Amino acid sequence: MTTMNQKIRESAGDRVFMYGIYIILTLVLLAVIYPLIYILSSSISSPSAVTSGKVWLWPVDISFKGFKTLFNTPQIMTGYGNSLFYTAMGTFISVALTVMIAYPLSRKTFFGRSPIMMIITFTMIFSGGLIPTYMVVKSLHLIDTRWALLIPNAIWVWQIIIARSFFQSSIPEELIEASEIDGCSDLRFMRSVVIPLSKPILAVLVLMYAVGQWNAYFDALIYLKSANLFPLQLVLRSIIIQNNSTGIMDAMKQVERQQLSELLKYALIVVATLPVLMIYPFVQRYFVQGMLVGSVKG
Amino acid sequence: MNVEIAVDQPAKMPAKRTKRSLSGMAARSFKKHWQLYIIVTPPLLYFFIFKYYPMLNAVLAFKDYNVIKGIWGSPWVGMRNFKLFFNNPIFWDLIKNTVYLSGYLLLAGFPIPILLALMLNEVRGNKFKRLVQLVTFAPYFISTVVMVSIIMLFLAPRLGFVNVLLNHLGLDSINFLGEPGMFRSIYVWSDIWQTAGYSAVIYLAALAGIDPTLYEAAKVDGASRFQKIWNVDLPGLLPTIVIVLILNVGNIMAIGFEKVYLLQNPLNLVNSNIISTYVYSIGLLNANYSFATAVGLFNSVINLVLLVLVNSLAKRFSNNSLW
Repeated sequence: MTTMNQKIRESAGDRVFMYGIYIILTLVLLAVIYPLIYILSSSISSPSAVTSGKVWLWPVDISFKGFKTLFNTPQIMTGYGNSLFYTAMGTFISVALTVMIAYPLSRKTFFGRSPIMMIITFTMIFSGGLIPTYMVVKSLHLIDTRWALLIPNAIWVWQIIIARSFFQSSIPEELIEASEIDGCSDLRFMRSVVIPLSKPILAVLVLMYAVGQWNAYFDALIYLKSANLFPLQLVLRSIIIQNNSTGIMDAMKQVERQQLSELLKYALIVVATLPVLMIYPFVQRYFVQGMLVGSVKG
Repeated sequence: MNVEIAVDQPAKMPAKRTKRSLSGMAARSFKKHWQLYIIVTPPLLYFFIFKYYPMLNAVLAFKDYNVIKGIWGSPWVGMRNFKLFFNNPIFWDLIKNTVYLSGYLLLAGFPIPILLALMLNEVRGNKFKRLVQLVTFAPYFISTVVMVSIIMLFLAPRLGFVNVLLNHLGLDSINFLGEPGMFRSIYVWSDIWQTAGYSAVIYLAALAGIDPTLYEAAKVDGASRFQKIWNVDLPGLLPTIVIVLILNVGNIMAIGFEKVYLLQNPLNLVNSNIISTYVYSIGLLNANYSFATAVGLFNSVINLVLLVLVNSLAKRFSNNSLW
């Protein structure tokens, strides 16, 4: 009898506990998603609804004026084009370089792999600093060129670590031995065995580098001077954070201009973020994989 | 978390014989894998040029940089730049701002992903769990520039969402970004909003790896859900928690430049000027290269010392460490 009572009481306590968890998680969910919906709604509302604080959740007086203005602004379209270029080109360079070092380091017969690994990982915990790095980039005459965004931060050590541990765990030693007996060269083996077997890790590398490159602004801030080379993030900073939208709409009346400039900010955020957030649900598992591969010691 | 450096020190072996066999091994490896050595060269060059050469350039900190003479031709000044920095009244402000900001971030931002993971782990319905995970992970993909733009739009003095809300409630508007006292909270809580879901993933994976027989044993013993979390989940998470904590504490002085710089304005500079933003403004905007290099080097050395220190502490008091 007593044990039964105990059981019922405990499960009631557990039920309250569970309700608490569900309520908290729902609140967390709303707190995260609300600002995103608010921005999306604002971006497709009318300029006057945005500036008079009428938008709370859903769009008010749906209009696409913000987006239309964006697409007619050369500064923004140049930034968009530049960002696409930096992302495509930068990702290609980064992934290629990462595989080129991660694969040899995964081979047991590669002489010197421990010291090389040590040389690489040390750069994770110590760096020469901002100015000394800037001086190197400057002495290579990369300042104010597109290369400045593609080369100086091309390789992330973390990516080498996860790619290497993937190669180590999923390219069977027997395959390597068999290929060596058949007289297959290392490069041929990489091309026809390693790369086809490593699609999951290549997806992780491509996605992480691509998002990193699309979202980056720091290198552009310190290395670029010409506005026609600026990536979208830097254009965004100038328009939203520094509030320089005058160049976009000289010809309009003061009030109209002010309203539109508010709306433009929301539209810009959407335009800059949507490409990434739209593919994200489909590729989330690769990111999770990337985090977890790296956290398994090996 | 895998900063494991395999140390097979050749020096420890008996000298003569080792030398021969090592060079023999190297020669054989080179001959057999010459293609691998060729492809590894460009990435290695990258590390030497963009990571190690700057470390050499850091001698700038001990020189008085002169554009015409270049880094190596400029005169040595010993510790002058460091002395200048330590005696500058701004020194303690920078240290204080840096430590306070990352300390606050650590205190508030470290436990939340753990709590989130523990709660998500209790949820039975797979759909709800996946929805919460999907949504809380998403802000991680928002760039720093967009994140700061969102903060500025929401907290804008006149038209910002928060102030419009305050006005509706009959309260006065607050110029959030102009209040130095608000800066740290804005930084920290927006960071938590952005990264808590991402950081929870690693704990969720650790929770999924806990031995199921432990839960069965807890069930047999009549443990409540809370007791189960306390006695099974938390001990199971401990190794992961320690590793993440080491990384966070070791990086306390390395708090990122990007977001702080964008949130900075003349009004909140009292609390928002940290070492990395100071290096940027002194070095690149004022072109005071030597002094900025000294400040940056000081910061890098502190980071390194902190990381090594925390790691050895963790090694002593638990069995978890980075290397």
